[in-house]
Amino acid sequence: MSTPAPAVPAPGADTEGVQAAATAVARTTRLPGWFVILWRNRKCRIGLLMLAGFILVAVFAPLIAPYDPRDDAFPTSLGPTGSHWLGTTAQGEDVLSQLVVGARTSLIVGLAAGVLSTLIALVIGLTAGFVGGWVDEVLSFLINLGLVVPALPLMVTLAAYAPVRGLWLIIIVISVTGWAYGARIKRSQIITLRTRDYVTAARFAGDGTARIIAREIVPNMTSLIVVGFMGAALGAIGGEAGLAFLGLGDPLTVSWGTMLNQASLGGAMLTGQWAWLIAPGLALSLLITSFTLINFGIDALSNPHLRED
Amino acid sequence: MVYFLRRFVFFLGTLWAAVTLNFLIPRLQPGDPAEAIVSRLAGQSESVDPAQVQAIRVMLGTPDGNLFDQYVQYLGAVLHGDFGISYTYFPYSVTHMIGQALPWTVILVGVTQIISFIVGTLLGTWAAYRRNSRVDSVITLGSTFLGTLPFFWLALLLVYVFAITLHWFPERGGYGGGSSPGWSWLFISDAFQHSVLPAVALLITGPIGWIIGMRNNMVQSLGEDHTRLAVARGLSRRRVAITYGARIAILPNVTGFAIALGGILGGTVLVETVFNYPGMGRLLLESVSSRDYPLMQAIFLFTTVGVLVANFLADLLYGFLDPRVRKVESA
Repeated sequence: MSTPAPAVPAPGADTEGVQAAATAVARTTRLPGWFVILWRNRKCRIGLLMLAGFILVAVFAPLIAPYDPRDDAFPTSLGPTGSHWLGTTAQGEDVLSQLVVGARTSLIVGLAAGVLSTLIALVIGLTAGFVGGWVDEVLSFLINLGLVVPALPLMVTLAAYAPVRGLWLIIIVISVTGWAYGARIKRSQIITLRTRDYVTAARFAGDGTARIIAREIVPNMTSLIVVGFMGAALGAIGGEAGLAFLGLGDPLTVSWGTMLNQASLGGAMLTGQWAWLIAPGLALSLLITSFTLINFGIDALSNPHLRED
Repeated sequence: MVYFLRRFVFFLGTLWAAVTLNFLIPRLQPGDPAEAIVSRLAGQSESVDPAQVQAIRVMLGTPDGNLFDQYVQYLGAVLHGDFGISYTYFPYSVTHMIGQALPWTVILVGVTQIISFIVGTLLGTWAAYRRNSRVDSVITLGSTFLGTLPFFWLALLLVYVFAITLHWFPERGGYGGGSSPGWSWLFISDAFQHSVLPAVALLITGPIGWIIGMRNNMVQSLGEDHTRLAVARGLSRRRVAITYGARIAILPNVTGFAIALGGILGGTVLVETVFNYPGMGRLLLESVSSRDYPLMQAIFLFTTVGVLVANFLADLLYGFLDPRVRKVESA
């Protein structure tokens, strides 16, 4: 997983001015401050619009798709034509309909596995960082183990043993193999946070551990958690595509990975059906690009030096 | 010394955990592996008698007894390097099959990753040296963009364009039908031709992590006090960048190299599948689709142990290169 390069702070950037302007805009338009900061970043705005586009397509997939993605009543292995813009598969299904419905799968997997692995990372990272001592030693060992075990071979092995291959299995396998990176970052963040004055103050005021974590620590890690979620969702979308491409996905779900698998097995290259081959991969890279662009804005959220006018 | 001892203990711990994980995963599934091969045989021939079932059990070394006994038996077998017989490539042993596939992956991954590391570090250094210039933004934005392309898809496109449409390179396999593995010129040149496209697929995305890591580290180290002192001493800009910026910035990339190996091996599974390349990744996938559990388990274990050893070596190297880690850990 690669994090986008944080830009070098522009010398003498008027960060306070930007922030003041952001709060002023937020006050007049009643938008939350974080959204205004994200929106003012040009790269991030493009990313947000792209993601919104994907979400709309995914939500209204049945309305947008010209045919049922599983309907194989059409002529097989067609190139792009007027009634099938991206052609048909070797089984005679409409490629465009599969592409549209595939957006749904990728977003569901990204959202579900992203939330799940962020939760695992949060619980393990928070406990390790906050409790310390031998608990930290054991959990840190687990985190480091999770970081070095090669994820895709582990996913493949886990998926191979599973008695049923549903979408949920894929989501769980991806979450179980993808939490370690986020957990490590959250642990080191919390170690710097737990000795801050306001945490000590809360402890002297008689607050319990759970309350301190929920009220004092988590609110100060929001952007870290969001970045972690974005990274995990991105990894999950890629992981699902990879597993599905290897033929280990859910055979009943249409996804961009299964489409590429079918295109490769169905001889899309030999019949010259470039649209069937290019469309799913391009959709996948555009979705990943939108996440990467949004991450630029989230970096700006957590680091005021990076904010753009 | 404490640093090296700690790293060694961590290495042993992860090694044990990986071996145990490998033991536990197959036991998460319902049913037993011997049953699976019996039902597969039953599908091919007319009937399977109980004596045959017993023979298969003995042959596969499927252990009886409780979980703890099985675990002890398994640890003993692993220590002796005995991973049993492959179901699909009977009568070859699992170790034999891995021995056949391993050199392909080691050479492909080894060569492409060393090139990626060198190219990525150089480009990252260049971008940081000319930071905020056109060169910098072309390199950083270019690699960010390339990094968003799913690389098994890139591999598919490479096959489509260069193998099937243009016929420049063979489309699949590790060597052609005319040659057999050995030290002959025919085989080596043939294997080289077959490895060009898989290598290119790995090289397109390979350097990205190093470019971004190196650039960011170096921009940071160029802003530190010792660099400012070097500038104040009147050293040339190039010398400051290389001996004061790059030399420090390259350190985290050394450990990064080992950590990235796990992800690279995952990518290799995909690339080997696309090109039908006779390495560990394709063997893993073949063993999965034919439900050859002993082979699959051993490949997973080999891959994981390989990554762990690489990490341990990188940790040791890092300890020698950067005296600060030794101090911090022993304090």
